[in-house]
Amino acid sequence: MSEPLIEVKNLKKYFPIRGGILQRTIGYVKAVDGVTFTINKGETLSLVGESGCGKSTVGRTIIRLYDKTDGEVFYKSIPIHSLKKSELRKLRPKMQLVFQDPFSSLNPRLRVGDAIGEALLDHGLISKNELRDKVIETMEICGLAPYHIDRYPHEFSGGQRQRIGIARALILDPEFIVLDEPVSSLDVSIQAQIINLLMDLQEQKGLTYLFISHDLSVVEHISTRVAVMYLGSIVEMAARDELFAHPLHPYTQALLSAVPIPDPDLKRERIILEGDIPSPANPPKGCKFHTRCPLAKDICREQVPEYKDVGGGHFVACHLV
Amino acid sequence: MAKNLVEFRNLKTFFYTEEGVVKAVNDVSFSIREGETVCIVGESGCGKSVTALSLMRLIQSPPGKIEGGEIIFDGRDILKLSEAEMRRIRGNEIGMIFQEPMTSLNPVLTIGEQIMEPLMVHKLMTKKEAWNKAIELIKQVGIPRAEQIMTSYPHELSGGMRQRIMIAIALSCDPKLLIADEPTTALDVTIQAQILDLLRKIKQERNMALMLITHDLGIVAEIADYVVVMYAGKVIEEAPVRELFKNPKHPYTRGLLKAKPIIGQRQERLYTIPGQVPNPIGLGDYCYFSDRCEYAMDICRQKIPQLAADENGHKVACWLYEGEWKK
Amino acid sequence: MDQVNVNQPLDYKKKNNLKKAPSIWRDAFHRFLKNKYAILGLVILTFMFLFSFVGPYFSPYLDAKIDVSKGNQPPSAEHWLGTDNLGRDVLLRLMLAGRISLTIGIAATLIIVLIGGMLGSIAGYYGGWLDVIIMRLADIIYAMPGLPILIMLGAIMSDLKIPPPQRIYYVMFILGFISWVGLARLIRSQILSLKEQEFMLATEVLGLRDSKKIIKHLFPNVLPTVIVSATLGVAGAILSESALSFLGLGVIPPTPSWGYMLSAANNMIDFAKRPWLWIPPGVAIMLTVVAINFIGDALRDAFDPRQKI
Repeated sequence: MSEPLIEVKNLKKYFPIRGGILQRTIGYVKAVDGVTFTINKGETLSLVGESGCGKSTVGRTIIRLYDKTDGEVFYKSIPIHSLKKSELRKLRPKMQLVFQDPFSSLNPRLRVGDAIGEALLDHGLISKNELRDKVIETMEICGLAPYHIDRYPHEFSGGQRQRIGIARALILDPEFIVLDEPVSSLDVSIQAQIINLLMDLQEQKGLTYLFISHDLSVVEHISTRVAVMYLGSIVEMAARDELFAHPLHPYTQALLSAVPIPDPDLKRERIILEGDIPSPANPPKGCKFHTRCPLAKDICREQVPEYKDVGGGHFVACHLV
Repeated sequence: MAKNLVEFRNLKTFFYTEEGVVKAVNDVSFSIREGETVCIVGESGCGKSVTALSLMRLIQSPPGKIEGGEIIFDGRDILKLSEAEMRRIRGNEIGMIFQEPMTSLNPVLTIGEQIMEPLMVHKLMTKKEAWNKAIELIKQVGIPRAEQIMTSYPHELSGGMRQRIMIAIALSCDPKLLIADEPTTALDVTIQAQILDLLRKIKQERNMALMLITHDLGIVAEIADYVVVMYAGKVIEEAPVRELFKNPKHPYTRGLLKAKPIIGQRQERLYTIPGQVPNPIGLGDYCYFSDRCEYAMDICRQKIPQLAADENGHKVACWLYEGEWKK
Repeated sequence: MDQVNVNQPLDYKKKNNLKKAPSIWRDAFHRFLKNKYAILGLVILTFMFLFSFVGPYFSPYLDAKIDVSKGNQPPSAEHWLGTDNLGRDVLLRLMLAGRISLTIGIAATLIIVLIGGMLGSIAGYYGGWLDVIIMRLADIIYAMPGLPILIMLGAIMSDLKIPPPQRIYYVMFILGFISWVGLARLIRSQILSLKEQEFMLATEVLGLRDSKKIIKHLFPNVLPTVIVSATLGVAGAILSESALSFLGLGVIPPTPSWGYMLSAANNMIDFAKRPWLWIPPGVAIMLTVVAINFIGDALRDAFDPRQKI
């Protein structure tokens, strides 16, 4: 087994809810409520879950875009959240992020070439003379034509903007990239192009990905391992094939059965979950999933299930397993 | 076979922008039978939503304008009706739900007021009758505690609940046709499953036709009876759902089916359709897919292929099948 | 939106021919010059400046004494715009007044942009207690009734016997000081909404220095707002000065300003019988304000890359 690149230990991120005239903190949204996992060098770990489960917050807290509430994240044994600002800035090129929204993630008043190249220059990693060639080289790797370099973002379609976002991260020669729903706002035909690009880049450069998504079919395609999140906690984590073949947690099972499959002859036993996702500001006691779980028992309403290894690196947090 | 409820005949809806004319819907013809679910599939900008809005006569003008064609709904040409007649059809004979359940409800009115309004306007019910009918509708769309929901405001409900309320409003006057424009795109997978289940159930109970607009072929396979595939403002293929998935003909449809990863059928590499949807302004007289098509021939770049049916009623607009038409 | 065609074959030889593109400033300059209204505005404004600052040297009446016997003459070959009640040439006075009005307008605007821009940016970018202090200060100034304060300050200035040449500096400063609040609020809210945009988060991911974040990402996106309100500010300051002079609180005789000259219309006889006294300054104010607004609109569009060159 290869060495871990990122180690996340009991990471918590609470956002304060303010209220009243004095804007005092009256509660917390427990967006991430104690998650622990490692990401090995060269692999793709996927975080799956529905909106509000905290998957994007995990991605952003890992690279310290948000300050943690508790826990720690280690990148090659360096504790990210204990670094000084200047030390963190030096480490930034190694850990990149590709955003979901290809429209708001590019400055409308910055040329594509500048957007891609500015960070390299700012970190003093290249001279001004070499910059342009390097930018063009990276653009070509990402499937953009050299003559695109002096255009502005609004001249591009969503898929191409996403390529720009990828090039902007890639040019810094990162080791670890958080991919925050990079294809969910794209059309199917463009989605496939971007997924292939991401997988090719990983193979060529030995990149490590944290892939955040709600689309299980894409996750199955791209991942090495998969972690399923619900209301700020990981409920199940396993190697890809293991998770898709033998999902143990009732939530994972329901998620898998809810994905529509483009085959009209396929008749499946479908688990339709009742109700909505509870608010992360006021999560249920015991197992957080018990309010929607078709199999919930008394113990689920009272005790938090232990997150345990059931063999072969398959972790699950459920009383019934 | 059931008779046609809606018939689009050579519909043309154009948008006049500063850059030029966008032919959002360009000579589109297809029909929806009574009680049938027809899915319109395509990528963003292919004209699927504009087709639906043209049927509701909700195209903003300017810049939009319905330039030609007919839309026959239940024996009448929608495009020739007066605005007053159209208002009687909207929300009464045709219901519509949208992608964004957040913005399609009025935030300052209670849920009850919003469901009762069309009942009182179209069905001339009294307040009491409307209230009872509204409660019945809320129960039908699977929301418990209906009385409490009646007095709630939209912001107190989750996205899935709001979409259910939208469905309840659309159903309130027993429409013959329900148009659903990407009804589950903004929702989570488990909620999407609930809503699709609900739509299927309601449709069966009421024998209502459903026109569902989506980009997700998975949803199409689950719910459709008949599928219309659109690309750059044109219908490029249409067929009954089983036929389309078993035997897709147009290279674009085939590409879409191959490009989507499917759970349990993992490939090493995804198939991709090269390039992107063409700029809708100033398209010439050729197959709009030709510059992305791996089978493109000379004729594809010279003439627009027409939609034509084979012996199974499977229609496709592609020069590759020209030989079959003559048979 | 025009899309770029990726299917166009990549021309690798072209790579070396790709010259560095002009900067955003040059682009803006080119877009600006393509705008007909902008050129018109520029021409009018240049004319107003030449008229006011160079024009008086061509006037034969520069050293003329007051001569009441030549008062209130209608326009003639000698006096193109006639004379006022003290026999002074209206054309010359219009030119001299332009100096004052234009200076006040531009200087007051500079003060507004400096104070408002700086405080607004600080409040928006850093937030926290700085934001609270600046915004409460802004609230206080905003809550003070403008006109009474101006009347009070005018009275104080008269009391202190501040000489007229200096008095215009005070007027500029007062106008700037009471008007920066609007701009500060505007810039603050703009920065707050920009900070929420993912591209600002992206600058953090890329590890850009603060200076670069502000200069390359924040500033160009705030600039259009500043330009538009600055141009409106120039016009506003000229008009405010007119109001002050009209009330006898701005510049005081003998130094004329357009606003002061306009106050001739205060008098029923002058208004009805001697239109040459108040029409010229009115037209001058109107032309200047319109020209500046043309230029402002054009500048805003020029800095928007979505506009075609």
